[in-house]
Parts: sequence; structure tokens; C-alpha cells
Amino acid sequence: MAKLIDVSDLNIYYGDFLAVEDVTMTIEPRAVTALIGPSGCGKSTFLRSLNRMHEVIPGARVEGKVVMDGQDLYGSDIDPVTVRRQIGMVFQRPNPFPTMSIYENVAAGIKLNAKRMKKSDLDELVERSLRGANLWNEVKDRLNRPGAGLSGGQQQRLCIARAIAIQPDVLLMDEPCSALDPISTLAVEDLIEQLKLEYTIVIVTHNMQQAARVSDKTAFFNLAAVGKPGKVVEIDDTATIFSNPSQKATEDYISGRFG
Amino acid sequence: MSAPTTDTTRTAQPAGSSRAGMREHRLPKWAPAAVVGAALVVAVLLTLPFGAPVAGVAVLTAILAVGGIWLASRIVEGSRKATDRLVTALVTVAFLIAMVPLVSVVWTVVANGAARLDVQFFTHSMFRVVGEGGGALHALWGTVIVTGLATLISVPIGLLTAIYLVEYGRGRLARWITFLVDVMTGIPSIVAGLFIVAVFALLFRPGLQLGLMGGLALSVLMIPVVVRSCEEMLKLVPNELREASYALGVPKWRTIIKVVLRTAVGGIATGITLAVARVTGETAPLLLTVGLTAGLNFNPLEGKMATLPVYAYYQYTAPGVPPEFAIERAWTAVLLLIALVMGLNLLARVISRVFAPKAR
Repeated sequence: MAKLIDVSDLNIYYGDFLAVEDVTMTIEPRAVTALIGPSGCGKSTFLRSLNRMHEVIPGARVEGKVVMDGQDLYGSDIDPVTVRRQIGMVFQRPNPFPTMSIYENVAAGIKLNAKRMKKSDLDELVERSLRGANLWNEVKDRLNRPGAGLSGGQQQRLCIARAIAIQPDVLLMDEPCSALDPISTLAVEDLIEQLKLEYTIVIVTHNMQQAARVSDKTAFFNLAAVGKPGKVVEIDDTATIFSNPSQKATEDYISGRFG
Repeated sequence: MSAPTTDTTRTAQPAGSSRAGMREHRLPKWAPAAVVGAALVVAVLLTLPFGAPVAGVAVLTAILAVGGIWLASRIVEGSRKATDRLVTALVTVAFLIAMVPLVSVVWTVVANGAARLDVQFFTHSMFRVVGEGGGALHALWGTVIVTGLATLISVPIGLLTAIYLVEYGRGRLARWITFLVDVMTGIPSIVAGLFIVAVFALLFRPGLQLGLMGGLALSVLMIPVVVRSCEEMLKLVPNELREASYALGVPKWRTIIKVVLRTAVGGIATGITLAVARVTGETAPLLLTVGLTAGLNFNPLEGKMATLPVYAYYQYTAPGVPPEFAIERAWTAVLLLIALVMGLNLLARVISRVFAPKAR
């Protein structure tokens, strides 16, 4: 299931504004790649360009290549909708559908796309996804209750369950724990540990300890000045980045001597 | 108001402690009522030489009560509290003034219209009725058919326009549509009626009056209202939900139908119901486009049709001899119209409650 993504010479624009410049990196399968860096350096923008969520914003576009499975995701014959079915996404703020129950939220990827599925198969998929997101035991008795009634941490795990229910190859996470308390954060981090056995995971985080805890590879983004495009300063094994970075800027950022 | 009473003062720490500065003198809970009562008595006494007219007493009572509460509070509670009391009193008076026309209208209509609110009113038209008896069955049906047509025309156009503006519209075209919708909101209703009359005169023949024309004229008035309210409701749907849906590989059109509209359906239904209520009472355009008949006409494509507002208008302006029966019917028709609009408003509330996303 998990797949490798090869990004080469990627420039990301908002209209005429170049937001992220010249990113080249390989995202390994069955591993967690963390993107760190100061605010506004283009981590989230880069993440969103990986499953073509970037172009939902009017005027946003990219140049360059994002290759998965030998196919350029930005090729002219590729439908962004198909890309997003293979590359799922979890957002910063938990966003369960307020009109749907817990069950319906998990089944949303199937239901919203009007795919036919036997009730028993769907039940099984929902259970598997909720178990996958470590949420099954907490919600199994109230699957028909609204998803919005869960706590923030539970909602975020519900969103993860919803994302893995469509069985993507890659899971993108945009600061998935920044709105959560430490206990919920721990639950989500444990979950990431398990999920990486099956998925390629890319996670944006502002929390350096989190990057050090959960990721195998870390990419450090930075920008020269406000209004300048963000760039990848360094990408390496997480252990190397945090103990022996090759760039001065990386070391300064990680040790808090930034700016 | 003023939930904490004198008890607070008693349970507070004894004087001399550091908390003494926090204590305050308060008017007892019944003080405002007492001041209003006193003001009323004084007002009646003062206006007695002139026969104590109701309006005069009311105005004088309001002035005396506002002044009295402010003064009492100023003496006992200090200036900050007094300002609070003064503003509270002024807001209350403003509310009461706003209620006067509403209550007066409802009261008058109920008092005058109740007389003919009988079975016959709902089972008979004015076909072959002169003088006593008769009803508004035909007008009730006419109103239902004409506003129903208007709703059928306006809702798809209005809703789709709103979806275009919120989900797709960018740049000059969207700005122009928004501008024109705003302009349409301000069109006087008689102009909408004349517009439809002119169009039908050009296309078919002058002097035509049809139920369909009424529906079209009302939809000219209704479309901008529907667009505006639907637009506001769609804008309220958080962008995060759209993104969540896109991220699941759901195409945009499905996202709009199954997530955006589903989330906003309560507000949209409420907005549409209120728009219907808004055009139900329109008289001027219907006077021009639909006219009036004495009997039932269910066909909006042929012949004139009676509607409640036009029916009430003609019963009142051309009552015949003797006039009292027609005037009674006019009042009852108006009562029915008010009840209809009120019912639609209540329905809107129920709809918005039923569709509201629940947390638990």
C-alpha cells in the first residue's frame, strides 16, 4: 500500500507570489517524514501541494514534478480527485462533518462518493478504520451519535479514521496535534507509530520534540525574509538533523537560537 | 434584572474589613415596578383635568418612570448604576413603543375579523354572493397557487445563483450579479407587476391577467431575497468542511450537494420560508397581474384568480350595498393573511431547529 513520492524542482505559487521555491526530496514509504520550520515558510503549502489540495485556493498553482508510482501527479491527464483518493489528509483543526454521526463520518469517503457497498462490508470497514485510529473502544457504543459531540482529541482521531477509511497510500498530516491537549497528542502520536507500518506519512509540526519522537526523516524549511519564498534548507534522518545537522540554520532553529 | 439583592450586603464581611469597599447599596428588586406604579398614579392625577387620555397618560408615565428610576438609583446606588438603570429604562420604553403598532394591528384585526371566521368562510367563494354570506375559499386557493408558483420559480433560480456566487463566482461577473441582486431587492413591488404586465402585453395581448403572471411578478420580488439569504447561509459553512470533503477525494459538485447544502439546509429552508411569507402579502403586483374573480379558479394559465390581499382590498374599497358584510369579509381575509404569514414564520423556526446540527 505505502508508496514512495519523488518531488523534484517544485515551485509553488499563490498567483504571482512564489511561496515555496525549488523543493527536491524523496518521501520514503512506510516511514514518517516530518516538516519543520518557522511559520510562513511554506511547510503546509508544500504538504497541500502533495495531494493537490493546494489548487483549491483560487490562483494557487505549482511548477515541477511530484511523482508517485511513476506518474506525475500534476500531469495533464491526472484528475486531482483521483490523487486525493490515494493521498489522504488530516487537518490542523479536527473537522468532522457536523451533520453526520460518528459512523457516517468514517463512512463519508464511501458515502459522499456514492459508492455501493454492502452494509456488512461497510460496518467492517468502519470498525477497522476506527480500530486503526485507536478510537473503536471509546465510541463503539455510540456510533450513531453526532461526531461533533466527541472531545477534540477524539474528533481528531475520528478524522484520521475517516482519512484511512478510503485506504489511501499516503497520509498527510498538517499539524494534527496543535489543537490537542498533551494526552490526546500522545494518543495521536502512538497512532502515527502504528500507521507508519502501513502508510507513507508526512507530518507538519511546530513541535520539535514531536518531530524527534515520531519521524524517521526530517526536512527543515526556512525563508530568507518575509515576502521571500520558503526553501528546504536540509533534509536528513531525524537523528542526524537533531544531533548533527550539516547546516548552521538548522542547528540554530532546533536549539532555539533562531532569528 | 439586578439579581443580587440586599442579601449580598448582609452576607458581606463586616464593615471595617478590607472588603468594605466592595459593598454597595442597592435598590430592592421591587423598586422599578414601584417607580412605574407611582409614575402611573401621578400621570393620571396630572392629566385628570383633561379627562386622562390614554395616550397622554402613557407618555407621561414613561417620562416620569424613566426619570424616577434614574433619580432613585442616583441617590441610592451612585452614578454608574444610575446610568445603567437609565439606559435599561430607555431600551425598555423603546421596545414598548415598537410593540404598540404590532399589538394594535393584531388586536384590531382579530377583533374585527373574528366575526366572520366561520366554516362558511372556508367553504364558499364569492360566486353568486351578494351581501351577506360568502367566503374566501377561492382567494385562499389563489394565494396558495400564486405563491406556490412564485416559490417554484424563485427557489431553483435563487439557490443556484447563491451556489454560483459562493462556490464558483470570481471576478467581474460575480460582482455584477451581486450588484444586480442588490438592486433587485429595492425594486418597488408595483414595478415588478408592471414589468410582467408589459412582458405579457408584448408577447401575447394587452389586458391579460393570469395566475402565472402573478407567480412571475412575485418571483421577481422573491428571487433577490432567496439569493441573499441562501448566500449568507452557504457562506456560514466552514471552509474546513469543504476541504475535508475534497481531501477524501470527493469532487466539488458532490461536496456542494452532500456537504455544503446538507450543512446549510436548515438555514436555507428557513430563508426560503421567510421569503415566501414576505411575498404572500403583496397586493400591488397581484392587483395588476392576477386581478380578481368571484369563483374558484385552479388554472393559473387561464383567467383571473382571486388572492387574499386583492380580495381584502376589493371587499373594502367596493363593498356594495349594504357595505358591512363585505367589510367584515375584508377583515377576516386580512386576519387569515396574518395567520398565514405568522404560521410560515413559525414553520421557519421549526425547520431551522429540526435541521440544526446536533452536538450530542
